[in-house]
Amino acid sequence: MMIEITGVTKYYGQFEVLKNCTTHVDKGEVVVVCGPSGSGKSTLIKCVNALEPFQKGSIRVDGIEVSDPATDLPDLRSRVGMVFQNFELFPHLSIEANIMLAQRIVLGRTEDAARRQTIELLDRVGLADHATKFPAQLSGGQQQRVAIARALAMNPLAMLFDEPTSALDPEMISEVLDVMTGLAREGMTMMIVTHEMGFARSVATRMIFIDRGEIVEDRPTEDFFSHQQNPRTAAFLGKILHH
Amino acid sequence: MSFWRWSGFFDYLTNPFILGGVATTIWLTCVALICGLVLGFFIALMRRSGMAAARGMAWFYIWLFRGTPLLVQPIVIYTALPQLGIRFSVVQAALIGLALNEAAYLSEIIRAGIEAVPEGQTRAARALGMTERQIMRYIVMPQAFKVIIPPLGNSVNGLLKTTSVTSVISMEELLRRTQVLIQEQFMVLELFAVAAIYYLLLTTLWDFIQRRIERRFGHSSSSVALTEKR
Repeated sequence: MMIEITGVTKYYGQFEVLKNCTTHVDKGEVVVVCGPSGSGKSTLIKCVNALEPFQKGSIRVDGIEVSDPATDLPDLRSRVGMVFQNFELFPHLSIEANIMLAQRIVLGRTEDAARRQTIELLDRVGLADHATKFPAQLSGGQQQRVAIARALAMNPLAMLFDEPTSALDPEMISEVLDVMTGLAREGMTMMIVTHEMGFARSVATRMIFIDRGEIVEDRPTEDFFSHQQNPRTAAFLGKILHH
Repeated sequence: MSFWRWSGFFDYLTNPFILGGVATTIWLTCVALICGLVLGFFIALMRRSGMAAARGMAWFYIWLFRGTPLLVQPIVIYTALPQLGIRFSVVQAALIGLALNEAAYLSEIIRAGIEAVPEGQTRAARALGMTERQIMRYIVMPQAFKVIIPPLGNSVNGLLKTTSVTSVISMEELLRRTQVLIQEQFMVLELFAVAAIYYLLLTTLWDFIQRRIERRFGHSSSSVALTEKR
């Protein structure tokens, strides 16, 4: 099991953002997490690579306990790719340098090896011509594809996507989803927070629905869309699928 | 008896004793600036630290040095600390006084620069596996730098003139040497005019350098490419 989340509970002060969440992502699985805004889905995914601490429970990534103070977090994070809603490319570095930096200073790759990997990945996300540009010169969709390439450059065991298309103009959403679909087809282990239900339906192996910090539904994709066990899930899907 | 002696003015303009004072003012500024930057950087980090004690110490430091007259700080270091058995030479006391004071102001400038870098940048760098030190060096500081440069430049301009306060402990910088000559020759106006010209020359020169730095780092971020070796 690649990611194993067991009984995770998290508070912001008095407020319980995550309530006893348990789920898992197997190797090669694509799990989509959905739910209303403020439900805790983004918080949950950020707990997986310890960008957010949690108070109770356990998360294991490739067998390593994330909340163990003895865990080498930078090392663990370098093996889990993450893509953010707002891309978060480094504006002072060229596209190429954005993708090369962590390969060089975290993995200790040589300049040549890092560059080779970078060119290959830029080619793969269709941005080979943009290597020397700066993030501000690219569209949102292009920036997000660079961000995906930057995460992939580390040869991660799994990829986490935190609402990767929520900040994009509608016409740019598909170019990002296409790259993600390609990854899924190749067997990348993925955990994705998204509202793109069409995409989820076509690539997800399992669907998780979170509401008010609780995992309400966690089932294979076909099941999830054909008949919801919980009225809250049905209500949510009704709202988001109807327009 | 004339009111203004041109010959005296021109003599002093090229007087080696005065030029030596100018040189002292320049290196005092440079050394105080470098020490102030290093110290100020650590104070800025302490102010952002998770440890309340570190934050408290940094706050106290800034409060103390910004809240007391700058003129008094070198005097205390030079004349009052010996009472506790801590003795510094004039040069040491002048440098320590200037650097400590500069650090207090610069730390706030540096902190503002660091805080101007969005939190998401740190999060993204962390997610790539960078250590906190790498994040500071490769992600935060290069971006903070742009925000820091304009106020830092103003601070250097101020520091060029602020070095004159060390004349009170007889540090032989430009103002002190001007005063020494005044006591010997009584050409007050001519000598102060010479000193003013040199201060203006230094600040003008610095303005020029600052504008070049700002142009370089301000509008093209392309100059900060990743060329550093591991």
